[in-house]
Amino acid sequence: MRHGRWRFLLAALAPALVLHAVFVLSPYAQAFYLSLTDWTGVAGQARFVGLDNFARLGADSLFLDALRNNAVMLVVVPAATVVLALFLASMLHGRRPVRGASAYQIVYFFPQMLSLVIIAVLWGFVYNPNTGLLNSGLRAIGLDGLTRSWLAEPSLALIAVMAVVVWSSVGFYVVLFSAAIDSIPKEMFEAAVLDGAGRWATLRRITLPLVAESVQVAFVYLGIVALDGFVLVQVMTVGPGGPDGATEVVGLSLYRTAFTYGKFGYATAMGVALFFAALTLAVFALRWGRRSTVETA
Amino acid sequence: MNPASLPEPYPSRRSLLRTAGLATVAAPLLGACVTAAGDDKPATTGGAKSAENPLGVKPDAPLEVVVFKGGYGDEYAIKAEQKYAEKYPDAEVEHQGLQKVGEAVQPRFVANTPPDVVDNTGAGRLDIATLVSAKQVTDLAELLDAPAFDQPGRKVRDTLLPGVVEDGTFDGSTVTLNFTYTVWGLWYSKALFAERGWTYPKTWAEMLTLCETIKKAGIAPWTYQGKYPEYLNDPLLTMAAKTGGLDLVKAVDNLEPAAWRQPGLTQAAEAFAELAGKGYLMSGSEALSHTEAQAAWCQRKAAFIPCGSWLEAEQKDVTPAGFDMVMGTVPAASTGDRMPGAAVQAAGSESYLVPAKAANVAGGLEYLRILFAKESATAFAQANNTLPAVAGATDGLTLSSGLGSVRDAVTAAAGDAFNFRFRTWYAPLAKAVDDATGELVNRRISVADWSARIQKASDALAKDGTVTKYTR
Repeated sequence: MRHGRWRFLLAALAPALVLHAVFVLSPYAQAFYLSLTDWTGVAGQARFVGLDNFARLGADSLFLDALRNNAVMLVVVPAATVVLALFLASMLHGRRPVRGASAYQIVYFFPQMLSLVIIAVLWGFVYNPNTGLLNSGLRAIGLDGLTRSWLAEPSLALIAVMAVVVWSSVGFYVVLFSAAIDSIPKEMFEAAVLDGAGRWATLRRITLPLVAESVQVAFVYLGIVALDGFVLVQVMTVGPGGPDGATEVVGLSLYRTAFTYGKFGYATAMGVALFFAALTLAVFALRWGRRSTVETA
Repeated sequence: MNPASLPEPYPSRRSLLRTAGLATVAAPLLGACVTAAGDDKPATTGGAKSAENPLGVKPDAPLEVVVFKGGYGDEYAIKAEQKYAEKYPDAEVEHQGLQKVGEAVQPRFVANTPPDVVDNTGAGRLDIATLVSAKQVTDLAELLDAPAFDQPGRKVRDTLLPGVVEDGTFDGSTVTLNFTYTVWGLWYSKALFAERGWTYPKTWAEMLTLCETIKKAGIAPWTYQGKYPEYLNDPLLTMAAKTGGLDLVKAVDNLEPAAWRQPGLTQAAEAFAELAGKGYLMSGSEALSHTEAQAAWCQRKAAFIPCGSWLEAEQKDVTPAGFDMVMGTVPAASTGDRMPGAAVQAAGSESYLVPAKAANVAGGLEYLRILFAKESATAFAQANNTLPAVAGATDGLTLSSGLGSVRDAVTAAAGDAFNFRFRTWYAPLAKAVDDATGELVNRRISVADWSARIQKASDALAKDGTVTKYTR
């Protein structure tokens, strides 16, 4: 009988494992191998070049621009999104929710329903310097001096892109944090109020420690979003990736190197580098999270 | 298209490490997959050659054609296939009209089973220089020297517009033929100019004077597709080429050590820096996409826009009636230019090639001979308002204002058609030039910086042993 059970388990698992191996593990494995070759992407041959591709990465100024921009996004995007989402969630939930809280929650979630490409196209229109919503709005309220060519000025372009990333992802985290706040026992808030805690003290001493785990998850997710950024940059920015590399991200460099320059080997090396960056990030975030978890009795 | 090696959204540390571990173990085994195909070329099945069948097509060999189905559709290609099937009734002709040609044919190139004809065009096209250096394309010399399909006594080579053959030539062998002919210039509304009494300038000095007049009239003299600075590069490089002649163009394409410091180029860069400095570029242009800038131009918010000859077809739906767009040639920088003022920058698109490892190479060549026949080209011009690469294809047709002006420009150039090749040969250099010109006209860098940084990119490519070099 025992023998039969194993056979059944094997039969049930094998198809899934085979699919996983063919469509997930094998591309990964091939990517690692290809990053050590000069494969062009259009021929059946590739020459093994060792670590040459990785050595080139260090001298590739556009790739370094991309790394810098991804690093800036990695610092800014998760922090800004989490702070904003926590603020909004605590306004909508907790002790004294604002009026119409549930309607707000739905509205905040809207961007999540749109495909990223559509978001990029729409925000491209918003940022249009002549007819865009943003500059038109500024002109309408007499702030003509603040109008800018948002995506065409090197000092503003990356900020403009990051604003869209935050805008498009904040709704999801409002919902995530709202659920976390709702799961905090009401008695704790009541006790805090009896002890004379104000809104700020409640947030800092009660809410924040008890949603720490959700925040940690949010940081990992958002870190990965910040390491990507490809779609928004590709669709929205000047160049794309410009002006002059100001919004270049690793994903875009990789895409261009592979599909425009025909250097799949080198592009794969970028991908492998990005893989290790994401891996490191995930490991750090999880380790940091384990330390700071609070036990609720 | 996301980077292939991004991990799943929320991997646990253990699963990631396990994957990485497995990957390292499995790499040498599975790594063989993508690059497993050998180099053995399938025997090309050639038939006997005759006057009727100059390329030696085997009459019953099947033919597979993959065509980019973009702005021009694929009707014209299907018509040529029908002609092929009439001539070789035993051959099975398979047609694919696609938007993403590259995605479809790339794996087939890798597996050494490519189609017999590929129209390598559109956003997802494969980099032609890469295909050439990977020896994936057939030399078309035999086709070019074969008699033209419907013009007795002439070779295919002699029926094409100037520059078409050269445009597809890599190191002395012609590997692609572009079916449409694109000419770059400055576009304006004939109606607007007539209304205001403006005449199209012949020299750059006249251009600047006219710009001042236009600006005073409350219209921006120029706009450009700022999101893609290469649009503004085209007139800049055209002007430089006229000043410095073909030698300048060759020096640039051959990655010569001081190519980008040639006076012709720096003067042209000065000219465009001045155009920007005097405020003749519509404000905000630097952030507009091609559709936005071209729409503003069609609404008469700007007088000139640089573009290739596809503009009229592209703007068909938004051009107001009576706008009468025409293309003018880029004004000459000075009277001492080495090329006549009528010279134009021209190149082809709809880039047809026959893969080297195709099963029916002779059939592929024969198909191109039929496609590049005058009758087929004329039908194309009529249907698409676009100049085909076959000379005289538009003779006797009533043309729209834009296409008429393009044809007139080609006639006036009388063989003085040139093209920079670095854009197809060295895509990274093209990016460096685009970025630099974008910075130049937004006055963030000087002309000296402009030439220095492009030269640096050019030198880096010249030194890079992994890049296949071409010379002309």
